[in-house]
Amino acid sequence: MSTPDLLYSEAEDDLRAAVRSLLTDRCPAPAVLAQAESDRPYDPAVWRALGAEMGTAGLLVPDKLGGQGATAREVAVVMEELGRAVAPVPYLTSAVLAVSALLGCDTDEDAVARLLRELAGGRTTGTLVLPLPGTPGEELPPATVRSGREGTLSGEVRGVAGTLGAELLLVPADGPGGYGLYAVTATDPGVTVTALTSLDLTRPLATVTLDRAPARRVAEADRARSALRRALLTGAGLLASEQLGVAEWCLTEAVRHTRERHQFGRPIGSFQALKHRMAALWLELVSARAAARHAADALATDSPDIEVAVAVAQAYCGEVAVHAAEECVQLHGGIGMTWEHPAHLYLKRAKSAEIALGTPGRHRQLLAGLVDLPAPTG
Amino acid sequence: MTTARDRTAVDAPELRRRVRALLDAHPPADTGRLDFLRARFDAGLAWVHYPAGLGGLDAPRSLQAVVDAELEAAGAPDNDPRRIGIGLGMAAPTILGFGTDEQRARLLRPLWTGEEVWCQLFSEPGAGSDLAALGTRAVRDGDGWVVDGQKVWTSSAHLARWAILIARTDPDLPKHRGITYFVCDMTDPGVEVRPLRQITGEAEFNEVFLTGVRIPDSHRLGEVGEGWRVAQTTLMNERVAIGGGRIPREGGMVGLVATTWRDRPELRTHDLHQRLLRLWVDAEAARLAGERLRQQLALGQPGPEGSAMKLAFARLNQELSALELELLGEEGLGYDDWTLRRPEHVDFTGREAGYRYLRAKGNSIEGGTSEVLLNIIAERVLGLPPEPRTDKDLPWKDLPR
Repeated sequence: MSTPDLLYSEAEDDLRAAVRSLLTDRCPAPAVLAQAESDRPYDPAVWRALGAEMGTAGLLVPDKLGGQGATAREVAVVMEELGRAVAPVPYLTSAVLAVSALLGCDTDEDAVARLLRELAGGRTTGTLVLPLPGTPGEELPPATVRSGREGTLSGEVRGVAGTLGAELLLVPADGPGGYGLYAVTATDPGVTVTALTSLDLTRPLATVTLDRAPARRVAEADRARSALRRALLTGAGLLASEQLGVAEWCLTEAVRHTRERHQFGRPIGSFQALKHRMAALWLELVSARAAARHAADALATDSPDIEVAVAVAQAYCGEVAVHAAEECVQLHGGIGMTWEHPAHLYLKRAKSAEIALGTPGRHRQLLAGLVDLPAPTG
Repeated sequence: MTTARDRTAVDAPELRRRVRALLDAHPPADTGRLDFLRARFDAGLAWVHYPAGLGGLDAPRSLQAVVDAELEAAGAPDNDPRRIGIGLGMAAPTILGFGTDEQRARLLRPLWTGEEVWCQLFSEPGAGSDLAALGTRAVRDGDGWVVDGQKVWTSSAHLARWAILIARTDPDLPKHRGITYFVCDMTDPGVEVRPLRQITGEAEFNEVFLTGVRIPDSHRLGEVGEGWRVAQTTLMNERVAIGGGRIPREGGMVGLVATTWRDRPELRTHDLHQRLLRLWVDAEAARLAGERLRQQLALGQPGPEGSAMKLAFARLNQELSALELELLGEEGLGYDDWTLRRPEHVDFTGREAGYRYLRAKGNSIEGGTSEVLLNIIAERVLGLPPEPRTDKDLPWKDLPR
């Protein structure tokens, strides 16, 4: 096994600077809050600028399919910045989950290549119609959607992210035609997307109901299953970088606030009871960054260590982001409990992301098998 | 523009040539160990980044690995660096940085060859985390100094020929300003070394009592009153010395516990399983952070992550060794040996589980307590304001104690 590269390349630093500059400009905290209070699932202007104009929607897609031909390492840098801004854009669901699922299908097939081209361009938004908590490496849940002989799908899937406002739905379904992954156009008759009131205001969930919706199969049987598994693995590994970005913002803001806020005649950040908590958080961030980079590099190089790297990153980074967000609220005191201050947006994202794509506990269970630390029998 | 030094810079091929010349003139098979080490020092191949004439060649520090590899391949003896770690890691850089020409010429060669072992007389019973509060007095007496006081946690004191010592020379100044740095002769009749038995039953360290110890002024390092600044060099090099090579997955304490878990299925419980998996993940993340730090250092971008590593490994060693004792159950109630021993080398992962559990308690105290390191991270890395201090400007003699 070669040594993983855990640093950031110059090109990755440049990409980060570009994404950060866009988000600082177009996606400041008050705008994120206003967006969350609107009835739009995401900000289409920011998503267009980021995904289509900057080209980040197609980072994972090869050049010949209209993408940038980059790797999970670059995507991870984008995810860090999106986490830092709790940006309300469907990047994880469209540019990571939907794209990875299609890349696991036969890309020589015209239908698959065409869909990838559309997603890579960022003008079309897609998602994978699975409940967000789905854990890579576990048995795929039985499909709740049935495929009919006439090429339509019927059924319901709850807790799906990135569906609101998406044009392309990639739906796992079972039926007389066998298990498969199907492409459905969200605006077709027979497709209903019902918004849920979600804990995470910046990544809202929905229920997808299909009633004889027209569908085209893009992969069948084992190919479909392996495409889904790969998509979940990629999503989970890269979510760790988003969680790192969330945690970084939370620590930075906690430090900023406690340096400025005076009580008892001194900045509250000078009290050891507080500074030790922030230093401990910084320690967690140092390890979280290494674990997230390790997962991104393993995905990018298709390392034999990929499953362990992703499970470690998810088991570690999910809890770090939640811890950082909880500390951020507490260290802000009263202002941290207000709707006006953005800390709550990060807490809600952190807690939802901890559950998304497998809780830390589920990833630890996976590791028990992967690294041979078996549970007691009986 | 090239400088004279660039033009004469020693590169890897030149070092290999010089190693061959050394080996030809002093074949290891026919040369006594000490004679070979002295010849190596005189050839400038001891520490190549040191100045010529003092065991080095003014070469880049990174080229030392070239010399070490060539000599190891030739079966040449080394200077057993673990035995003389304090001399190599702490005393030598300080002597090089602050010593006179006479001091450097007299002290560095036998230090490097291991003929003269060094120890460090810094910590005191009343000055641990607050080292600058130290109370050992050095009083001027003619052309020398007379030292009285007590030092503690001194490893190798019972073997040492020399010590680096900091002592108070002016109690009327604030604590950081009244300290002077000395080289102390451990054979002086006023030096008494007693083993300090510790929690594990053994004695890695000593207490050192200094009673009327005479130190000639020519053994002072740096100016009078500059001791704190000189000591910073010593302590900074202590932190550089920590780090080391790549650690494989499950290297260190976690590997021992994982092996016991795999080999002894009858000991497993659900509670221990959950805790083990959590610690395994923490250990792997910390290992990756260490690897990332090494990659940064290789590019010449040292980050503040070094202090994070010590904190992380202290916690992991403690929690993992505690878990191992619980896992062992009835066996965990025993202990291998309480006899007072004086170990030459210390291995945190050595001996048995009970020893590892007890020894790990020191990991969050030695070389800077975890609480002090958290303060350092908070203030120097995160930029948080310091606690208000009442002791910085008061004369040392007026400090409450």
